[in-house]
Amino acid sequence: MDKNQESLFVRLIPFFERYGILLLILIMIAVLHLLQPDVFLSWRNVTNIFKQVSWQSMLALGVFMVIVTAGIDLSVGSIIMLSLMGLAIASKAGMPWYVVMLVAPAIGFLCGMFNGIGITLLRMPHPFIMTLGTLYIFRGIGNLISGGVPITGFAEQIRVIGNGKIKLDAFFGEGAREYIPTSLILMIVIFFIFWVFLNHTRIGKWIYAIGGNPGAARAAGINVDRILIIVYTLCGFLAGIGGLILAGRTNSAYPNAGLQSELDAIAAVIIGGASFFGGRGTVLGVFAGVMIMGILRNGLNLMNVSVFWQQVLIGSIIILAVYIDVLRRQLATRT
Amino acid sequence: MSDHLVLEAKSVSKFFGTITALENVNLQLNKGEVLGVVGDNGAGKSTLMKVLSGLYKPSEGSLFFDKEKVTLSSPRDSQNLGLEMVYQDLALAGNLPIGDNIFLGREPTRKVGPFNFLDHKKRKQLTEEHLAKLKINVKSADQKVEELSGGQRQAVAIARATAFNAKIVLMDEPTAALAVKEVGKVLDLILNLKKLGVSVIVISHRMDDIFTVCDRVMALFQGTNFAESELRNTSRDEVIGWIMGKKD
Repeated sequence: MDKNQESLFVRLIPFFERYGILLLILIMIAVLHLLQPDVFLSWRNVTNIFKQVSWQSMLALGVFMVIVTAGIDLSVGSIIMLSLMGLAIASKAGMPWYVVMLVAPAIGFLCGMFNGIGITLLRMPHPFIMTLGTLYIFRGIGNLISGGVPITGFAEQIRVIGNGKIKLDAFFGEGAREYIPTSLILMIVIFFIFWVFLNHTRIGKWIYAIGGNPGAARAAGINVDRILIIVYTLCGFLAGIGGLILAGRTNSAYPNAGLQSELDAIAAVIIGGASFFGGRGTVLGVFAGVMIMGILRNGLNLMNVSVFWQQVLIGSIIILAVYIDVLRRQLATRT
Repeated sequence: MSDHLVLEAKSVSKFFGTITALENVNLQLNKGEVLGVVGDNGAGKSTLMKVLSGLYKPSEGSLFFDKEKVTLSSPRDSQNLGLEMVYQDLALAGNLPIGDNIFLGREPTRKVGPFNFLDHKKRKQLTEEHLAKLKINVKSADQKVEELSGGQRQAVAIARATAFNAKIVLMDEPTAALAVKEVGKVLDLILNLKKLGVSVIVISHRMDDIFTVCDRVMALFQGTNFAESELRNTSRDEVIGWIMGKKD
């Protein structure tokens, strides 16, 4: 490779780092639209994608904050299941819907706080170990309280959150089939709140600082342990919201809920451009990462591609995304 | 200038178990003065700095800030008295821009309803003013620290230490990790601080640094005051001799 070519390549990398992910989404949409012109961009299919990613995106957003601090949370898939089971039991016990609705986020909050306290106060050597432990503990408790069997049938107010439709009669005429899923609105609102939190508050700034250099954060007088507890608690809380959305969507709490979804969440965060080494990544990137996973799965399903090929493709995208991160770091240290 | 003593250590000793790191060490620092501290490895330079910044409690002896006796229980205490330490490992977050690093932990905010939001505009403005005051040249206050050269990082670390009107700045080997062409810029920055009335203590083993910026130099040897002189009354060879424990 001669010099000019290399410098062009080098100059293109920051461009791809910033806009590559949006480009990737556009290409995916274009290709899938060409392959499935009648189905893929139909209102029904697009809303379906959003409904599917809405609960997964809550996990990804929480795991993203944890990864920004250079940590990891493997327990979110179990938190979603435990909060879902807690919600189902509260519902079955005949509690009013507004109490039932609070149960899932509250359980998620407590689970996340438990992780945070374990990682900081108990001085666990790495968040991987603490959250690997709670991955088993939380799912085990979920099965203990439910007896390991599905619980179905929730109040209408709960179902609306994951399955509700905002009719668009005003735009498409009386009785139109077009609608916006309630869960999409909820997802956008929550992503916006966390975007503000991470970019426009001191704690948000400190979360990035801890990921960049925890020693610098400590020297600046930041209570690193306190911030980490907040981050893991919020991550659990978001998983609890995910449980609430999932409850509405499936009208059922089942033992395998959220199984391995922690890995999907990590994948979405990494595909979205966050660095596994901490300190780097954006809320918009997480959203893009979640959408890429959702569109990919949806598109491959529409084309009857086997689940096995889906796994191969998603795995390849993760490796590609991380390789771009490696190249970026090499360039940053070369100067 | 010697009429205004901003910092004084009187017969300070520090023992770690049976090891004596400092024994009866005295140190005086005047307003706007740059004091060089030299000594071989293990002479007690870093221990003395840690005592002055409140990281270590002296086993014996006392500290005076502006002629008032103080007891420091943490670096926070010395910061509140106007003393800042520039760490050798710089203590910067490379993923954050210059301004964010300078104001890390002390970010300017503005109130919107019950919430406190970061005031990005104000931080940027304060950063640019402060960098201009110290004559630090960078492309932009929004540049990430990891994109800076070693000398620029050192400058940001010094800017951070002085952003809140520090009266005393301690620097541990400020030029040790720098390329030759960058050393001059950091030394200029130290002279700039002096002009602004800040007192500086510089630990360095580089005679060029000492003889460029310091008004006075003191040598520690095996944890004790060994020699001290106004810079104009000594020479490089003499100071090098002190470091090795030789006096005429």
